[in-house]
Formats: sequence, structure tokens, C-alpha cells
Amino acid sequence: MSRKENSFNLEAALRRQVGTTRASPTQSIGDHLDRRAFLKVSALPCLAACAGAFVGARHAVPLLASPAAESDAQFITEAKFYEKLPYKKIKCKLCPRECVIDDQERGYCGVRENRDGTYYTLVYSRVVSAHVDPIEKKPFFHFLPGTQAFSIATAGCNVNCKMCQNWEISQIRPEQARSSHVPPQKLAALAQQYRCTSIAYTYSEPVVFYEYMVDCADAGHALGVKSAVVTGGYIHADPLKKLCHHVDAIKVDLKAYSEKFYKEVVNGELKPVLNALVMLRKQGMWTEIVYLVVPTLNDSDEEFRGLARWVRSELGLDVPVHFSRFHPEYLLKNLPPTPLEALERAKAFADAEGLHYVYIGNVPGHPAENTYCPKCHKVVVERVGYTVGAMQVRNGKCRYCQQPIAGVWHL
Amino acid sequence: MGRRSEPTTRRAFLKSGFALGSSLLACSSCKSEAPSRPLAPASNGKSRIVIARDPKLRPTGASLDSSRLLRVLDRAMQTMYDCDSPLEAWKKVVRPGEVVGLKVNCLAGKGNSTRPELVDAICERLQQAGIKDIVIWDRLNVDLENARFRIVERGSGIRCFGNDTLGFDPELATFGSVGSLVARTLTQVCDAVINLPVLKDHGITGVTLALKSMFGAVHNPNKYHVNVGDPYVADVNMLPPIRQKVRLTICDATAAQYEGGPSYMPQWTWPFNGLIVGRDPVALDYTGWQIIEKKRAEVGMKSLKESKREPTYITTAADSQHRLGTNDPKRLELVEV
Repeated sequence: MSRKENSFNLEAALRRQVGTTRASPTQSIGDHLDRRAFLKVSALPCLAACAGAFVGARHAVPLLASPAAESDAQFITEAKFYEKLPYKKIKCKLCPRECVIDDQERGYCGVRENRDGTYYTLVYSRVVSAHVDPIEKKPFFHFLPGTQAFSIATAGCNVNCKMCQNWEISQIRPEQARSSHVPPQKLAALAQQYRCTSIAYTYSEPVVFYEYMVDCADAGHALGVKSAVVTGGYIHADPLKKLCHHVDAIKVDLKAYSEKFYKEVVNGELKPVLNALVMLRKQGMWTEIVYLVVPTLNDSDEEFRGLARWVRSELGLDVPVHFSRFHPEYLLKNLPPTPLEALERAKAFADAEGLHYVYIGNVPGHPAENTYCPKCHKVVVERVGYTVGAMQVRNGKCRYCQQPIAGVWHL
Repeated sequence: MGRRSEPTTRRAFLKSGFALGSSLLACSSCKSEAPSRPLAPASNGKSRIVIARDPKLRPTGASLDSSRLLRVLDRAMQTMYDCDSPLEAWKKVVRPGEVVGLKVNCLAGKGNSTRPELVDAICERLQQAGIKDIVIWDRLNVDLENARFRIVERGSGIRCFGNDTLGFDPELATFGSVGSLVARTLTQVCDAVINLPVLKDHGITGVTLALKSMFGAVHNPNKYHVNVGDPYVADVNMLPPIRQKVRLTICDATAAQYEGGPSYMPQWTWPFNGLIVGRDPVALDYTGWQIIEKKRAEVGMKSLKESKREPTYITTAADSQHRLGTNDPKRLELVEV
């Protein structure tokens, strides 16, 4: 595809995004702005437009911006967390995979490259997707509910889930998509401009753009914008611990409660993710868990019970757990969407263990979208889909019985 | 590559005329025919692998003697296809009017990538066989340039570009454990592909030869290096565009590397001074692997198995789920010329 064709696709994609009102797993900025507002934003100087993905137009995601990057150099900076080895090899120490990488080769994530014995991230400020989303879409239900999150991603991921909903950005290399150059200060300013209370690092896997995420979080804080991370939690302890000093909330996609699933479906490991969750709690980080229930693969009673007991014993009762409905995607198109029965069964196991905040996700209108006070059992946060209705939390407590409701409720 | 500005030089024309004349006198087995099925075994039911060598391929130690290289190529092709002339051999691989892709392997820069001299020789013979459109391709333009190729994205004749020029087909191709987007150069441009890997070691997958080199045709090779590339290497080669279009492998073994790959490590490189040719990529990989093991043993290195990177994907590629070729020495006809 020539660059000209790429540009054409971008414009078409932008038009589609502006005109649509459909709710999709990755809504664009255009979905949330009216046409005038969108054009206004697009015209702002020095804002870059993200272009259509090189790999196809469906995920052409569109941002704000300037012409396509003239050079890859602006996206490249030395990586943190690696070790130099003889003969120009390096060992990555960012995630438990610990890739040993030859000169000119990349790690499993596809966005970090060994160049002459020095390891570089290729995605610093290289935004491939950006949207303004309700924070509930991440989902965070106990972190500034009802607010908007300026949500971004770069290409790349350190696992390869067969059910990935965003594989068209997570499973590509950065040069395979048009990107926008959005340095941290600019990103923070955009978030503020869009009246977002937080920046969310999401869609792909923010661990692989760690350096950029940390700098964006700092830039955001300087402007009063918080940071929320949506991650698979497959990260080494040292970088995770350091990350906790920069961000405000972390949601972990716990893909299953079995090593078998992690090995066969995720291409990762369960144990390091569990360790990461424990560390987050020890660090006092606001943490929520999402468990995508995949029919026949991670929906057994044994797994649900095991998960609920582990959360109770290792993390405590106040960590929200979201059981979400799976939709056939990527390499698991042969499976049906998750039956409601399975989601409700999962919730029943978690309720039986006494977990305080157990949700059912991707089932708009289900009563388990609401937050209930663990003491008086009244609805304290009402939700339908990503929309927050009545809020009965005052100063972090139930309005009816004064029971503390765990979470971050105010800026 | 674009090193050749004219599709056919006068000298080349005269040579081709000679070759054509010779072919008219050739045996009946060499008559022009449609390209055979890529993985069809030799007439004796075995997969033929030809190793052609010339110890004087590098008269000065560094640069290749192009005319000798052409003769080595001709010998290999004639032996491979039982033909008396190289032209007739090439006509068994390709048909006039086809767009032929030459999949080179340029990761190791100018040190140990597919040599432009070899690609030149192949282009010369392809043009004589009536091929007007040739596309030299690999992962990235920068890789090609680092390996001394010149990017030529447009025009007729010989073009040369990386996957970053045309991108990838948006349709996900899947087999077994892999799900990948395949390079448009392969899916939309080329009718046939000749794979031109290099004989060398690989620090993760053991060796990188015919099968592994096709990682350069998919968008996400970084996902497939775990577990010594097994079964990923075999699965990638099962993706329909790859399985259907790759007709021949000519492995550049002018210089080979037995350790430290895929990067160029001169201290572990030796002049093999040859080419390894085969239609069966599994048989070729098995043969190349044995050559590397033999060299490692000669210099006192551990075997790849002892180094925990035995290329087990070669066995997987031969299994009943894949049937990409054979790794059984009894079903392999090794011819050295």
C-alpha cells in the first residue's frame, strides 16, 4: 500500500468514525465528539492525526494530528530493565518472559529491539490508538466513576491471547501501523483539554510501552490528571513496584486461574500475574480484576472457586472482580459468546466467598453492573453499560449506612 | 535490488541463445512443462537435495567470483531437475508471464545475508527463462539496503522492496498455533516464490534455513521464537500462500555460520563455498542442520541439542499434521556436485 493510499484510508476512516454512533469495544474520539468539535480538534496546530493502520482499515484509529511521522527516530529511546550479554546480546528484564535477544532482533512484544547491543523501545510517544472513553469501559468501577479517561495505546503486547479483542494493534509491530507522535506533555495537555480526569493506558499492553507510560503519568500529574493502567499483569516485580510510584490505579486482566490456560491460550504464565496482584495490594495501589469467561476453556466451577478463594485470602474482600462476557474474536472464533449462566455462576462462587464487589460485564442492563453496599446491600452506584446513574457514595461511604465503600471516589 | 538496469544484456542474450539451442537437443525429460507441485518428490520417490560447491568461489578470500557462482548455480539446477541445460531446469520452476518473488534473508546485513551476486545470477537465468517480473523481497527495506540491495519499488523488470512497502494482507491466515497476516508481496504480487535463505545457526531456533526464513513473510515473527520455534516454524509454512507459492529453495551457503546467528559473527563463519538446492524445505533444513552440526563437532562445540536448541520444528514439519517434506535420511536423495 502506498502512502497515498494510506492517507485516503485515514480520511475515510475519520469520516466513518465521525458519523457513527455505534458502541464498539474501541470507540474512537469521533464517537464521542460532535462533528464540529472533532473538526476543531483536528485543526489544532501541532496535533497529529493518527492514520489508518497499515494492516487494514478496520482498526484505523484516528487521532489528532500532524502528518505521519517523518522518521522513526522520534519514537526510539533506550529501554529500561535489561541486561547486556556477551556478543551484543541482551536479556530483557521487563517481564517474566526474559527474552534473550540477538543484535537486530526484537523481543516477543515486537516493540523492543536490540541495536548493536543496546536495547531500545520503539514506541515511545508512538500512539497508535486514542479515544475518550468512560472510565467504566476499562472497566474501573471504583476509580472516579462517571469520569472520562483519555485512553491510549501503542502497538505491541508481551502475550498473545487467542481471544484478543484488539489483536490488530496488540499483535503488530509499530512500523506496521500509522502512528502519531504524542510526547508525554502533549498527551497530558490533550487529556486536560478533553476534560478527562485520567489517562488510561489500555487496548494493547502498557507494560510494553512502560517508559512512555511512566513519563505520561508524571506529565499528567503535573496538570492534575491521574493515570489508570489496564494490563495483563505479566511484569517483573521491580518495574511493577517502580510503576506504582507513578500511577493511580491498575486493572489486571486475570485471564484464567489455571497455568494450562495461560500456557495454551495466553502464551504466558499465571504465577507471575498472581504475584503482581499481591504486590499491587502491598503497594496500596487501587486494583480491580477482570476475568473474561471463555466458554469451555476457563469456566469450570473449580477455577471460579479457586479464584474467589485466592482473592479472598491474598488480596482481601474489597478488590472488585468483574466477570466479563467473551465474544468470539481473533483465534477463538469457533466458540460462542459466554452464556449468562456461566457469568452468574462465576459471580455466585465469588459471592459465596464473601467478596464485596463482584460484577458481571459486557451484559448491559444486568443488575450485577451496579455497586451494592456490602453492609446494607442497597445500590450505591447505579450503572447501565458504561453510563453511571445515581451515585450514593458520599466521602467514600454508603449514603444509607455509612459503610466505607472501597475505591477512589474523588480527585 | 535494481543492480541490473537492463533486463537482458547482449552477453546474457547470447548466453541464453546458446542455452536455448542446447535445450533443443536435450532429452525428452527436459521438455518444457508447467511447474511441478512444489514438494513433489524426485522420480525415485525421494526428496532430492543438491549440494553444489566450488572451492575457488572466493579467489581473493572475500568477494565472490560471479562467473564461478553462476556455474555452481547452473550445476545445481541441472542436477536438481535432471536437465542438460540450466535454462531447461529453470523452465521447470517457472513459466513465462509469472511474477517471481525471490525471498532473500537480509537480517545479518552485508556480513552474512543472501548475497546480491547470487540473486544476480538467479535473475539472469530467470530472465532467460522468460520471466519479466521479478520481485526481490524481505522484511524491511532497511534490511535489504544493509545487505547491499537497492530499493526499487516501481517499474518493470526487477523490483526490490521490503514488506514495509506493500504491507500485509488484512485477512488473518491461521494454522495450528499461528495466526498471522501474510505479506502482500507474497499474496498479491508474486505467482511463485524462490526461497533464498543462508546456511546459518540461530541462537533461539537452532538453525535458520528454508523453513525459518519464511518468518519474513508474516507480520508477527516475534511471537514464534518461543520453544525453539516449535511448532511455529512448521505452522507458518503451512499458511496457504506460503505453502502454495514457494516452489524452490536455493540456500546461499557460500559462507556459512555455525554459531552466534542470526547476527553475523565472523569468528564462527566458514567458507562452505556452495549452494544447497531443493524443493523439499524439510529435507533441505535437515541437510543444512547436519552440515552445521558437523562443523560444530569439528571445532569442539556442543551439538545444538546439548545447547538446548535442537531444531525440533524440522521433525514437526515432517509429521502427519504438516507433511511439508521429509526428514528421514532414507527418503532423502543427497547429491553432491
